[in-house]
Amino acid sequence: MTDLIVFLVLSLVAIASALGMLFSRNAVYSALFLVLNFVVVAVFYLLLGAPFIAMAQITVYAGAIMVLFLFVIMLLGAENLPPSQSLPWQRPLAILLSVVLAVQSIYLVFARARSNTPILPPGASANTVEHLQQMALELFNKFLLPFEVTSVLLLVAMIGAIVLNKREKTG
Amino acid sequence: MHLSETVHTGFYFLAPWLVFFPVIGLLINAIFGKRMSENQVGAVASVAAGASFIVSILLAYSVSINHGEVMRWQLAPWIHIGNLALDWTFRIDSLSATMMLVVSGVGTLIHIYAIGYMHEDVRYKQQENRFVRFFIYLNMFLAAMMILVSGDSYLMLFVGWEGVGLCSFLLIGFWFEMDTLARPSWANSDAAKKAFIVNRVGDFGFLIAGFLIFWYLGNSFQFDSVFEAAKNAPPEIIVAITLFMLVGVAGKSAQIPLYVWLPDAMAGPTPVSALIHAATMVTAGVYLITRSFPLYDLVHEAQNIVALVGAVTALFAATIAVGQYDIKRVLAYSTISQLGFMVAAVGMGAYVAGFFHLITHAFFKALLFLSAGSVILGVERGHHHLAHGHHHDEHGKKKKKEGRKKEKPHDPHGHADDHAEAFDPGDMRNMGGMRKTMPVTFWLYLIGTIALAGLPPFAGFWSKDEILLDASLHNQTVYWLLTIAAFFTAFYMGRQIWMVFFGEARTDAAKHAEESPKVMTLPLVALAILSVAGGALNLPFKGFHQLGHWLEYTLGHVETLSFNAGVAGISTALALIAILISWLIYGRNPLKKANQPDPLKKPLGFIFTGMENKWYVDKIYNALIRQPFKKLAAFLADVIDWRFWHDFVHDTVIVGSYNWIGQIALNKYADQKGIDRFFNSWADVSYWISANVRKIQNGFVRSYALSVLLGVVLILGYLIFK
Amino acid sequence: MVTVDYYVALSAILFIIGALGVLVRRNPLIIFMSIELMLNAANLAFVAFASVYESFSGQIFVFFVIAVAAAEVAVGLALIVEIFKAKKNINIDEMNSLKG
Repeated sequence: MTDLIVFLVLSLVAIASALGMLFSRNAVYSALFLVLNFVVVAVFYLLLGAPFIAMAQITVYAGAIMVLFLFVIMLLGAENLPPSQSLPWQRPLAILLSVVLAVQSIYLVFARARSNTPILPPGASANTVEHLQQMALELFNKFLLPFEVTSVLLLVAMIGAIVLNKREKTG
Repeated sequence: MHLSETVHTGFYFLAPWLVFFPVIGLLINAIFGKRMSENQVGAVASVAAGASFIVSILLAYSVSINHGEVMRWQLAPWIHIGNLALDWTFRIDSLSATMMLVVSGVGTLIHIYAIGYMHEDVRYKQQENRFVRFFIYLNMFLAAMMILVSGDSYLMLFVGWEGVGLCSFLLIGFWFEMDTLARPSWANSDAAKKAFIVNRVGDFGFLIAGFLIFWYLGNSFQFDSVFEAAKNAPPEIIVAITLFMLVGVAGKSAQIPLYVWLPDAMAGPTPVSALIHAATMVTAGVYLITRSFPLYDLVHEAQNIVALVGAVTALFAATIAVGQYDIKRVLAYSTISQLGFMVAAVGMGAYVAGFFHLITHAFFKALLFLSAGSVILGVERGHHHLAHGHHHDEHGKKKKKEGRKKEKPHDPHGHADDHAEAFDPGDMRNMGGMRKTMPVTFWLYLIGTIALAGLPPFAGFWSKDEILLDASLHNQTVYWLLTIAAFFTAFYMGRQIWMVFFGEARTDAAKHAEESPKVMTLPLVALAILSVAGGALNLPFKGFHQLGHWLEYTLGHVETLSFNAGVAGISTALALIAILISWLIYGRNPLKKANQPDPLKKPLGFIFTGMENKWYVDKIYNALIRQPFKKLAAFLADVIDWRFWHDFVHDTVIVGSYNWIGQIALNKYADQKGIDRFFNSWADVSYWISANVRKIQNGFVRSYALSVLLGVVLILGYLIFK
Repeated sequence: MVTVDYYVALSAILFIIGALGVLVRRNPLIIFMSIELMLNAANLAFVAFASVYESFSGQIFVFFVIAVAAAEVAVGLALIVEIFKAKKNINIDEMNSLKG
């Protein structure tokens, strides 16, 4: 019972923050809302027994990525934008489709793919270090190749970001 | 098969050469004629005719050694449809052999004569290059006539019948662009057309008879089977057949009412008049009736009609001849009259008499025509020399010595102007005293005249007398008609002799007339001999009657009449009286001037005017037939054909509606408005589609993303509802 | 009791909100953030299933997703900066040069 209440409250906060991000006119506010959302999702991860991922989420997503976002928002000074002039049918149609998609998804989940097993939060006696060890083992054994590729990817992204700036200077 | 066997069984295999020799002759002249000299061309044609004559002799010989047995020799199959078989078969019996001999014999003599005659005529009319054409036509005629007389069926006879009609047309209209006085005119071609068309009317009758024969007498044209079938046929049919055949005979042999073409046919050169219109083609009708004797013997009513037609024609034509001034016209009407004699004879069933007269008439009429031609040329020569004086005389003499090589047209003094004077060398009033200027011709003409008048012992007497004898026994009306006709015959021939050869020359041309060359006079001598001695063919005395016996092979039993002094005496006396009267009128006080009126004009008054104008028969035909026909033709052509059919139906209705359909209905409405619009709208539609579809690529990322979302929704929806 | 369905439903809702953000907002930065939200929602689903099936693969996958998202953001933001320098504004509706 309690886990349900916890879940509902947290999900409410998550949804609210997402909607806040969506609706706020100020880009900074949107970013902050998103940070809140990430934090809530991190809590969810904890509830689901993935402490490492929760930490990674907070550190990388909320910490690094959103900071980068805020940095760029500040740089460009794009807090406010004038109202939309083109594509008048975009918004109504998007809302409609989204509602439809939402209905479809909820229906699919609850009417077609019902599951019975409850998800319990990990107990107090959950061994975080052991968890971490097992995860590392899995990461570097089974997923070694993706790991290496990801590192290359990060390298490429860095280079790309630098090159884009550099090109602008010489051109 | 060597000669001795042939001689005993017969030369029948030579039959096709009757036709082939003239055809070869005409082909040689047609292909090589331009490169040959006039003499060579004439020689080729005459040799072809002579060869045909020799074949005829051999065939006649074959018939006689086989005792008149009929030989049928098939040359080629022709029409074979189902059970019907009509072939080109030659029939050699005594009747056809007789015709072959007459046609080819007289024909050969006339071919030789024509060499000399045409040599002068083409120069007179300044058309030397037409010499060859004449001989081609002449040979063509001979070939067609041979087909006619040697045919074994009415079909082959008709082929020849039409062929000689064609050749007659070609030869009458030989000088198609002039008239007889060589002036530019339609006259000669009109005469040729008249001959052809009037003959056509006769041919129509023949065709009806032919159809009746085919339908009722056994689905065949072959003589033997037709005659066999005729024995069982209803008599009305036979009457119809024989009378329609009479129509054909009236056309071809110039009897009433279809004789009108023959006088006009004198527009052709004289050899043509002699050969075709005296000796051969016009006798085809007599041959037809004789050949059809089994049919005629069955129906006496038809025979009477035939005999009457012949007799009336004989008298009618003889009266017209009295009033004619053109030398050839007199002879033309004389021919019609003598043909009337022949037709009357065969109409009475006296086939032998009719045929006898056919043969003798061929001799003396050809002689008369050719001599008349000689006279005409003589007057022309005289006229020519007058116009060009002495210089031309010498030139003319040189011409005769050099022989007949083709020369370039020779016109140093402008001949055409002379001929525009309208001097008619054939008009007897322009002649006179010719016996001094053209003695040979005079004697030849005289012999022919005596033969025609029927004075013994010349050939004409025997043959005409036999006809009169037969008529006196069988048909009194015919006898009297023919006797009166004989009287007139002697009269107009006497008139002719006195007017042409006696008295003084009435014109300078006649005064300077020259005799004809030997190439012309020699054949005439041969004909003259035949005219004198020809009576021997069938003397009416016991032990003679050669022709009768000969024709008996074909005709079956023949009534042989012996000489009757009474009839003979009457006819001879009448002839002598006629000649005496003509001497009294024309010979004692010969006309002094060319334009003096004829002595008979005053006494006979309107009768003579009627004779002069041919009893207005041509005018009557013109009013009754030609003018209405022309008006009808004009009406049909102009109103019906042109205005109605062409202008209205064709132009307005058909072309107009077609144009309307094409331009307005189809073009404007269907094509432009309908189809163009339809297909243009396709273009517009696709343009519209593409213009609108292009709007999807609006460059806005958000709309692209929207379409992704749309796709997702749709797929999920599909999966849900599946 | 909370079953995995709830987590999946939540993930779906967050995803849809993110999609809506991509479609409706014109500011590319907001759009980017919405994309991050979508990725995040996907991560949540992954972890939820990893927990159900007691497998580490889901969590490791999330790890990679986060890394890739980081790289993507870096490059994307660099591009947005470039565009801003070129066009002086970052209204996404103005970037329609690929218009056909």
